[in-house]
Amino acid sequence: MPTNISIQASHITKRYGDKLALDDISFDVKKGELFGFIGPDGAGKTTLFRIITTLLLPDNGSLLVEGLDSDKDYVKLRKILGYMPGRFSLYQDLTVEENLRFFAGIFHTTPEANYELVKDIYSHIEPFKKRKAGKLSGGMKQKLALSCALIHKPEVLVLDEPTTGVDAVSRIEFWEMLDKLRMSGITIIVSTPYMDEASRCDRVALIQNGKIMSIDTPDAIRRNYGRALWAVKADDIYNLLTDLRLFKATRTAFPFGEHIHLSLTSDSVTPSEIASYLKDTGHRNVQITRIEPSIEDCFMEMMQKV
Amino acid sequence: MPIIEVENLVKKFGSFVANDNLTFSVEAGEIYGFLGANGAGKTTAMKILCGLSSPTSGKVMVAGYDVAKQSEMVKQRIGYMSQRFSLFEDLSVWENFQFFGGIYGLSKAKIKERTSELLGRLGLESEKNQILGSLPLGWKQKLAFSVSIIHQPSIVFLDEPTGGVDPITRRQFWEIIYETASQGITVFVTTHYMDEAEYCQRVSIMADGRIVALDTPANLKAKYNAANIEEVFLKIARN
Repeated sequence: MPTNISIQASHITKRYGDKLALDDISFDVKKGELFGFIGPDGAGKTTLFRIITTLLLPDNGSLLVEGLDSDKDYVKLRKILGYMPGRFSLYQDLTVEENLRFFAGIFHTTPEANYELVKDIYSHIEPFKKRKAGKLSGGMKQKLALSCALIHKPEVLVLDEPTTGVDAVSRIEFWEMLDKLRMSGITIIVSTPYMDEASRCDRVALIQNGKIMSIDTPDAIRRNYGRALWAVKADDIYNLLTDLRLFKATRTAFPFGEHIHLSLTSDSVTPSEIASYLKDTGHRNVQITRIEPSIEDCFMEMMQKV
Repeated sequence: MPIIEVENLVKKFGSFVANDNLTFSVEAGEIYGFLGANGAGKTTAMKILCGLSSPTSGKVMVAGYDVAKQSEMVKQRIGYMSQRFSLFEDLSVWENFQFFGGIYGLSKAKIKERTSELLGRLGLESEKNQILGSLPLGWKQKLAFSVSIIHQPSIVFLDEPTGGVDPITRRQFWEIIYETASQGITVFVTTHYMDEAEYCQRVSIMADGRIVALDTPANLKAKYNAANIEEVFLKIARN
């Protein structure tokens, strides 16, 4: 295994009965990388993360983390992993402080020994250190869970959907914390169903139905969209969508907030042709702008190819 | 005519004020987005609107009934879809419809009629006898929505209906919401996807137990000088 590789997954397959949860997945994560798995519920993200954290064995394939085999070397491997599961898994009836001490203790260390690493995150909840974990707000629970996953100074941090069900503001704050954390050189893999979070990662894997559709930097994925994309806006957004679908040159039309993102069957169709069609169908205040595709545009494009 | 009328709603848990003097109304047939940060008091207010919890003070009328005194009548007139998947995984699609239709006291004939109507709209008639657990998540989420309106309620409450759903299904889901609203069913919806807030006719944003903004998406963007609702939300939540 090359020395700059932290995680190397080869041909991982996992079935639950008839259901193929992971279908021949291979990828590498470099040391110090912030690597994202982007995909909806049921894509296989949690199954993959449980395999990486040695909690589950794949039916086929192999996985090395920092040179350790997830099957044979699981005892050693667990010592260098920090894992934040999707569901809040700390002790609700212990205080903030007690949880941190407990998780440090499991790894034969103390909060004091590694305080530097968690300081930025833990300082937000330190004023509430005597409060029971079960009594914390969602955002504070998340900060405590992240502190507990980090307190033994792991080499690889595995975060399973840390921002699911979290409001827009707390999501941004969480990614700001990860940004600071990556400076310490730790390898971070994170999963999320929010497509807009992809841009915060060094590289991402777009995952759907147990398959990786694409692995690359967010910019490269956007560049590979491969065709012109237009944002169309008008007064009546719902009829705009149905009318655009009936337009002869429409390939895809998806709502994005107050716009419809439109791709066309031919690059020779001009915006003025779209505008005149919409004028004829009675739309008012039509605006058409050429845009760069987002990761979500790319994800939907790939979903339709599969 | 308003289908939901809330006047000076206060809900306290001990000394904690979860809902601090809320006043708003929702028109019949409207798609109303109910936004707010975690812990802002959305769930508390939703529970009161659904008749599952009563206000400490204030007046809350839903579908013409007072939630404090006539909560059972309210429950019959509303539909509810929770953020966590709530159908029975080990029953077939048809059995789920039958079960929930029965809970709402629909006749066998009516259940049959509504099931074929709703499945027809989703294009899932041929999946009628499939065990629910074997279906893709996106389908299950659409089915859960159909089940929540099987009794033709006046209002349907959707609590983060699209959380974790793939981007194509998420958009299809909103088309079903539009269709439902166009048939006169009021849609009251929460979401963490700020692009979806733009699909609502009006949205309110809660912070610290209060409604701090309530208007059409266009007016909110103008008022807060923001390019989209996410910016509006961030400006409000960070103040």
